Amino acid sequence: MTVLFFTIAVTLLAGFAFKAAQLRANADAASTKRRLAALPRHYGLNGLLSVVVPAIVAALICATAAVPYGGWCVVAVGAVGGCIAVIRSRSDFSARNAAERWIMGLLISASGVAILTTVGIVASMLFETRSFFDQYDWRAFFLSSEWSPNFRGGSSLGILPLLWGTLYISAIALACAVPVGVFAAIYLSEYATSRTRSLIKPAVEILAGIPTIVYGLFALITVGPMLRDSFAQPLGLGDSASSVMTAGLVMGIMLIPFVSSLSDDIINAVPQSLRDGALGLGATKSETIRQVVVPAALPGIVGAILLAASRAIGETMIVVLGAGAAARLSLNPFEAMTTVTVKIVSQLTGDTDFASPETLVAFALGLTLFVLTLGLNVVALIVVRKYREQYE
Amino acid sequence: MTQRSLLVADDRTKRRNAAEARFKAYGRVAIAVTLLALAALLTSVVGTGVGAFKQTYATVSVPLDRAVLDKSGVGDPAALKKVTTLGYSKVLKRGLLDSIAGAGITTDVRDKHLIKLLSKEAAATVRNAVLGNPDLIGQTVEFDLLMNGRIDGFFKGRVTMESAALDKNTSPELLTLAQDMADAGLVETRLNWRLLTLPDASDQRPEAAGLGVAILGSAYMMIIVLVLALPIGVGASIYLEEFAPKNRLTDVIEVNIANLAAVPSIVYGILGLAIFINFAQLNQSSPLVGGLVLTLMTLPTIIISTRAALKAVPPSIRDAALGVGASKMQSVFHHVLPLAAPGILTGTIIGLAQALGETAPLLLIGMVAFVREYPAAYSADAGLFGEAATALPVQIFNWTQRSDPAFVERASGAIITLLVFLLIMNAAAIFLRRKFERRW
Repeated sequence: MTVLFFTIAVTLLAGFAFKAAQLRANADAASTKRRLAALPRHYGLNGLLSVVVPAIVAALICATAAVPYGGWCVVAVGAVGGCIAVIRSRSDFSARNAAERWIMGLLISASGVAILTTVGIVASMLFETRSFFDQYDWRAFFLSSEWSPNFRGGSSLGILPLLWGTLYISAIALACAVPVGVFAAIYLSEYATSRTRSLIKPAVEILAGIPTIVYGLFALITVGPMLRDSFAQPLGLGDSASSVMTAGLVMGIMLIPFVSSLSDDIINAVPQSLRDGALGLGATKSETIRQVVVPAALPGIVGAILLAASRAIGETMIVVLGAGAAARLSLNPFEAMTTVTVKIVSQLTGDTDFASPETLVAFALGLTLFVLTLGLNVVALIVVRKYREQYE
Repeated sequence: MTQRSLLVADDRTKRRNAAEARFKAYGRVAIAVTLLALAALLTSVVGTGVGAFKQTYATVSVPLDRAVLDKSGVGDPAALKKVTTLGYSKVLKRGLLDSIAGAGITTDVRDKHLIKLLSKEAAATVRNAVLGNPDLIGQTVEFDLLMNGRIDGFFKGRVTMESAALDKNTSPELLTLAQDMADAGLVETRLNWRLLTLPDASDQRPEAAGLGVAILGSAYMMIIVLVLALPIGVGASIYLEEFAPKNRLTDVIEVNIANLAAVPSIVYGILGLAIFINFAQLNQSSPLVGGLVLTLMTLPTIIISTRAALKAVPPSIRDAALGVGASKMQSVFHHVLPLAAPGILTGTIIGLAQALGETAPLLLIGMVAFVREYPAAYSADAGLFGEAATALPVQIFNWTQRSDPAFVERASGAIITLLVFLLIMNAAAIFLRRKFERRW
């Protein structure tokens, strides 16, 4: 019996309950609508929901617990729900409230999905990370500076070179994106005419809508070879097209719209009266911006930068295609290095054995990444929220 | 005190004005850098990718020799199937020789290297034509055959005589021959819409690779995301915006959603791998798992935009409905939701566009696999959306990992396709917003 069959069965049952509940209520009121406590369609709706909602719940339980004859259980649960609803459909039964309670339940469980997702993320990673640390010493993971996985055993899985690569690339990306993004935001919100603004803002937003794989390919075919030929090789710093610099620059471009649109919102939220006051005292426009607007918006801008940093740390495709795969601790920005996300991808793609520490390490890396970005996000949210309240 | 004219700026004013001009210039430079980066990005990718929409074909009259292709001599289908593409290569070579001689071209290329002109796919094309219509055997049939990726690259300017000299898969003589054939009208480069329909092809034949499976897989996943994320997202937003009491729990949910929106996408891939594949035992690389992962990823986006849309509906609408006896639920579903619908749709489309371009989580759930079969939406073994597929962005990634540079061109072509889809979706979102936006 396929899923399709039971879906159809439950649907038919629901339709049947809809009609039966209506008919029963009507009959009880002797076909006089005024005696009914709710509209006929509310009785029907209650009947329908009494079948569907319990059936969905039963289906979810049966699917996760692999109950034998699960499909029939689902149909049975739905049938029982429908029968109860039909029996209760008397003329004095307030069917609207009953139906709305079902809907409310659905709405609440929909918002529960968000919580479930977080729980799922944390639980899945914690579980696998624990089995990783059963097999591999946690001190070696966090403190070793050597990363050389070997699927035949005896691998060193130190996170430090990966973290170094991640932070190095993110730092370069932020060093590009923050000044450009903040100045672009200042120019757009303070200087640009509304015409220029309406032309340039969508163009900047296009950058935000481009998928990261496109940036990755840009790094791979254009930026990488260009940097190698015009900087790395003439300066004798290396001859690899994929490098920290490549990934950092391209990631910087990706982050510009992110920084600029967030800063733009925040600068716009600074009340006009502050600007007017400064201008009235004889300050030039740039003095107003530097000494009044930016200090007032600073917490928000810092929040935006933190969010951008969390983006940079979690970014995957650009570094997979632009940064290389060699784990190393080095200061040379033209050398290939690797990041936490690259190693998650490389340890988990292809044929993987979920008992070996070489695979499980990806979950520990993922958890580290999650904790890092979560910390940044929470701080950023708190900062931004605090700031918003100031002027509201 | 010296007398100063108001019309002459003193040093300090000049300094301040210069600082002002400099500051403004910084802003201009920042904008210019941004726009330049955008232009560089688009021209680089589009410039490389346009070539993928053109393909070089050779017109070859192939003598379908019965002695080679049909050893049974009676057209027995089983015997016909036994002849592999290797057998067909022989007739192809014969056909090439005849065509070249017929056009009066002389060449230094040795006969056994001639086959390198054509794609490895060409023999399969002829074989399929013959298996589809065995009556062709014995006749000389004119075929339009794919040319080898190197030859194709030569006509697009990717391969030059110098690079061919170093390449063991082709030679300058072959390129000269191809040029002569083109001059004689035997070879033609034309628009290649089959890029959008063909399945992926192996490392050896970039010229035959297409996006058919990837587009289909992406479409399936978008359907799943739409069907799941829209109702769940709207439901959650309605509850949080209209009904939720202000307490600890709703606060937790709010912070949660804000955080989920900023979780790195690869973490969702780990979630999908651990929960949907290892725990729930769903099929690896199936659009179902991909769709579920993308749904979870898109939900926060949809919730955030839906809540903004609900917030924008003025309270007077709700009050009016409540005033004439509607329940709270009725006021929301009958009045608030329809008014917020354009905003919700816009947010959903933008969320879908985001999901369409997402790569990293799909890598982890095995969508990088090499898939040549078009996945069916439903099959008895694999269930709904359970057959292996790839997705557009993953196919792009996949092609960038191959050694033949022709695949880079294909990847860029695929990016153009992806960007066109995204453009259409975003344009639809902007159109909806313009058309139905309402201000109170």
